[in-house]
Amino acid sequence: MSVPLIETRKATRILPGIVPVTLVADIDLLIHEKQFVAITGPSGSGKSSLLYLLDLLDVPTTGEVLIRGRDTSTLVDDERAEIRLATLGFIFQFHFLLPEFTTTQNVMLPMRALGKLTPRQMKERAEGLLSSLGLEDHLAKRPDQLSGGQRQRVAVARALANDPPVILADEPTGSLDSKSSEQVFQILRDLVDRDGRSVVAVTHAIDLAERMDRRVHLVDGRIVSDEMQASVALGEPA
Amino acid sequence: MNLVVDIAWTHIAARFRQTVVAVLGVAIGVGFSIMMAALMQGSQDDFVRTLVNAMPHVAINDERREAPRQPAEEAFDAAQIRGLTPATRRRGINNPIATIAALESWVPGSVTPSVQARGILRYGGKDVTSVIVGIDPAREPRVSQLVNHLRQGSLPALYRATNAIILGDRLAEKLGARLGSNISMSAGTGKVMTGQVVGIFRSGVRAVDEGTSYVLIKTAQILAEQTGLINEIRIRLNDPMSARAVADRIIADTGLKTISWQEANEDLMSAFVVRNVIMYTVVGAILLVASFGTYNIISTITFEKSRDIAIMKSLGLTQATVRRIFILEGLVIGLAGALAGSVLGFVLTQVMLSIEIRTGFTDATRLPLIVAPLHYVIAGGIALASSAIAGFFPARKAARVHPVEIIRGAT
Repeated sequence: MSVPLIETRKATRILPGIVPVTLVADIDLLIHEKQFVAITGPSGSGKSSLLYLLDLLDVPTTGEVLIRGRDTSTLVDDERAEIRLATLGFIFQFHFLLPEFTTTQNVMLPMRALGKLTPRQMKERAEGLLSSLGLEDHLAKRPDQLSGGQRQRVAVARALANDPPVILADEPTGSLDSKSSEQVFQILRDLVDRDGRSVVAVTHAIDLAERMDRRVHLVDGRIVSDEMQASVALGEPA
Repeated sequence: MNLVVDIAWTHIAARFRQTVVAVLGVAIGVGFSIMMAALMQGSQDDFVRTLVNAMPHVAINDERREAPRQPAEEAFDAAQIRGLTPATRRRGINNPIATIAALESWVPGSVTPSVQARGILRYGGKDVTSVIVGIDPAREPRVSQLVNHLRQGSLPALYRATNAIILGDRLAEKLGARLGSNISMSAGTGKVMTGQVVGIFRSGVRAVDEGTSYVLIKTAQILAEQTGLINEIRIRLNDPMSARAVADRIIADTGLKTISWQEANEDLMSAFVVRNVIMYTVVGAILLVASFGTYNIISTITFEKSRDIAIMKSLGLTQATVRRIFILEGLVIGLAGALAGSVLGFVLTQVMLSIEIRTGFTDATRLPLIVAPLHYVIAGGIALASSAIAGFFPARKAARVHPVEIIRGAT
């Protein structure tokens, strides 16, 4: 089997303090190519904390997080930032777009930080991504001129800016109405089915989780179940 | 546009009013620093100029730095000799004409002989001690500003009356003498002469104006009861700043006590150093206070933008990139402040220069300011450096932001 895109080995994250708080414990998880993974669990079960570990935004207190087989536990902040920039795309629950920049400029931001394309190429790619998500009429608008669903689609475009093989999404539909939720879900679905990427999404919505390929359920910071959906197991289309 | 520049500019432009206030803070600091430096440097230069004009750049007199070795000391290799009476030495510089000729061959300036005698001037029952200087009116204008300092009378008038004398204005005031008054001069030798006041001068240096009088060399020699006496050679150099070097060479060549104007005013010169230290400390303090404005705005931006910083870091921007953004913001404020402050400083200096000061006791005069590019460079440099430092600390804090903490707080 090929090297997993992301692998955690007994990853544990404890917040230090007078009373240390264990966010996640002994997480063993493999994320392979073309997987659409739902991370579910009750509030405070450690879903977002796990996602931050997978995105290298946080570092496990013990255990390891490997990206394409490379152990990241010994890397410094800037080295993790480089991996994040090129390999991982992140979508927050609340779009988190920079308010002073236009949608195109927001999508260009990760490309500019990576610095591999010319400004013209960056602009063309950003506009192409936004158009593919139905935002071709909003290229020069600022985030406060867009609806919630449109902002979240801009955030998806920004996560795709550097063409990462993995997209991590923290409740990407959590702040959206049902119509926008469905739109965003379909976009994520297409990223897996059409583009061949992997998507790991934290969600509270059971109905959405059930439509994903795999469901990882957390309780009190530990994985209590990790199952492939029946349709995937049977080889049926999602 | 570079990403760092783009983000920094966006932050600054979004807070135009705050930025203008911070820039004004720096600009006012720089402007007043430049004006103050111009005033301090100008007054110092003016003071030194007055001082240099009022006295010879180099003065050679007939004393020696070290007591001459006695013949017995030359003859015997003894540890100590007692009971000897030193040989009486004839006062004055030996062979002054040859000495002056030798000096004129290499000294870059003018040389003139004079006779200095201490004496008492008496008029209307008042006695005032004075340094009576015997001068050559033909050569004097080449070594001193006496001719320019004359308020009444003229130098050639020394030839037109018997034992004619020129007095400092404060000296004349003390005596109650006026132009044409006949005053009595007596020297330490006991010789008493009567002379006529043919001129009144004012050098601007109080000690000179209330204690110096000028007569012909011949008159001074008669007062000192020594024909041919020359006990001082005064030199005015083309470059006053070379006085120390010229004095050193004269000492080496002649062994005569030679004092440059810098040495004669050493205390004053060191006082100027202290004054400059104080000035630059005050300038630094002004700019430091101004930099707090910069610190304040950068801190505010980093606080307000902590979520954006977390987002940028979560996207993959490195600590160094984030740090550069905020240091650049500090530098932009510093640079804008330095440029605006330079214009303000120039305007303030010109305004101060245009002010005419009139009092009942002096001629109309203007403040002695100097416009020096160095002041602009120093004030601008300190402003830029302090703004960069003011930006650095919030920038460092921003760069260390842990994105997860902010994002957790925001959600």
